[in-house]
Amino acid sequence: MTETTAAPIHQEEAPAFPSNRTCPYQIPKEYVELRDTGDALRKVTLYDGRQAWVVTKHETARQLLADPRISSNRQDDNFPATSPRFAAFRTTAPAFIGLDPPEHGHKRRMMISEFTLKRIKGMRPGVERIVNGFIDDMLAAGPTADLVSQFALPVPSMVICQLLGVPYADHDFFQEASKELLQATTGEEALAARKKLGDYLDGLVAQFETEPGPGLLGTLVTEQLAKGTVDREELVSDAILLLVAGHETTASMTSLSVITLLEHPDQHAALRADPSLIPGAVEELLRYLSIADIAGGRVATADIEIDGQAIRAGEGVIISNSIANRDGSVFENPDAFDVHRSARHHISFGYGVHQCLGQNLARLELEVILTALFERIPTLRLAAPVESLEIRPGTTIQGVNKLPVTW
Amino acid sequence: MRVTADREVCVGAGLCAMTAPTVFDQDDDGLVAVLKKEPEGAAELSAARQAGNICPSGAVKISE
Repeated sequence: MTETTAAPIHQEEAPAFPSNRTCPYQIPKEYVELRDTGDALRKVTLYDGRQAWVVTKHETARQLLADPRISSNRQDDNFPATSPRFAAFRTTAPAFIGLDPPEHGHKRRMMISEFTLKRIKGMRPGVERIVNGFIDDMLAAGPTADLVSQFALPVPSMVICQLLGVPYADHDFFQEASKELLQATTGEEALAARKKLGDYLDGLVAQFETEPGPGLLGTLVTEQLAKGTVDREELVSDAILLLVAGHETTASMTSLSVITLLEHPDQHAALRADPSLIPGAVEELLRYLSIADIAGGRVATADIEIDGQAIRAGEGVIISNSIANRDGSVFENPDAFDVHRSARHHISFGYGVHQCLGQNLARLELEVILTALFERIPTLRLAAPVESLEIRPGTTIQGVNKLPVTW
Repeated sequence: MRVTADREVCVGAGLCAMTAPTVFDQDDDGLVAVLKKEPEGAAELSAARQAGNICPSGAVKISE
């Protein structure tokens, strides 16, 4: 597909944000325009008519994400809502993603021991079994498959179920409810989907209170809820976040990574010739695809002077990592996909104290997935032109809901 | 070069231990532990610098 080109815009304009991608692996042309004006911060207009700052520079993004005057409190009336879905969640109990220090740190520390590099490394054989199992099923049922429903989604669903202690047998229910939660177009739909997931997980918590349960959720119930160090409603919010973020993000990365590699045959061939490039390629895919570019909303709690701009207390700030990850002063030729690039300083997992808790699990899953998929199905190819794929709107995790493939 | 790591600030992302495994480790609680306060050799120095650069919480500090 063609590279996007920039057209000049004037600083006084506050263009609509977010925008939709027209190619699954390229950022919208409107974001290229925001970036290429050269200002580190640009005012944009959200769906509800309010304005917010969008950060376009990698270093400015990192500084702001680490600034204690920038709050993650999603219940704040001034928190920038990029869709009715986001606005609706102002009324719900916040998961740890929506807390500030020191409360955030207390919650995060209850969980980080489950996500250490050593623990994640120990999960590799299990992840390999899961990945190969779904490849077996796909090969047996094909050729032709929908990569999303037959592989990209079930793999991380099963992995996160094992980590959390959620029964995979319920996957039809929670995959559907997660999709509704992330793709709801009205606040009512979003709250209804959240309630379904919340009721389900609350039931599981109740079950684990009667009889100790497996996984992280089992541990949190026994070691935190039972001792009163965590509130039940918040625990359920955390469980919703971990379950949804644990499978939807990796699922999106898997589908978009496959599309990107198949559309860049030279890069694909380089990986096949030298599998030691795969960990670096995963970092580059994370940078290039920036699927969670809507997750960087914040609100200023004090006036901040940065890069010649003044952010006022109460103003919304959106750190859109898809733009910052394509800052040419940090990543040379940023719109090019290059598996040889050293890209680990991307901010696709965020930056600061909220940086993704599951990032090393995501890295492991993507490494295993890309290795096994292309090794076992070397002739894998898209069964529909990229142009025909329906891309999720810019208001949610970027991805496709269907990906026809053949081999 | 000297490296320090503040366990009070650490959020357990593990990027230091992944990037410079001979210099940093993660303990069972997921918090940073320094294995080598004075890294040596070009590769180790470069890895430690990268770890300092990408540490999300500011726990890892590198002084040259």
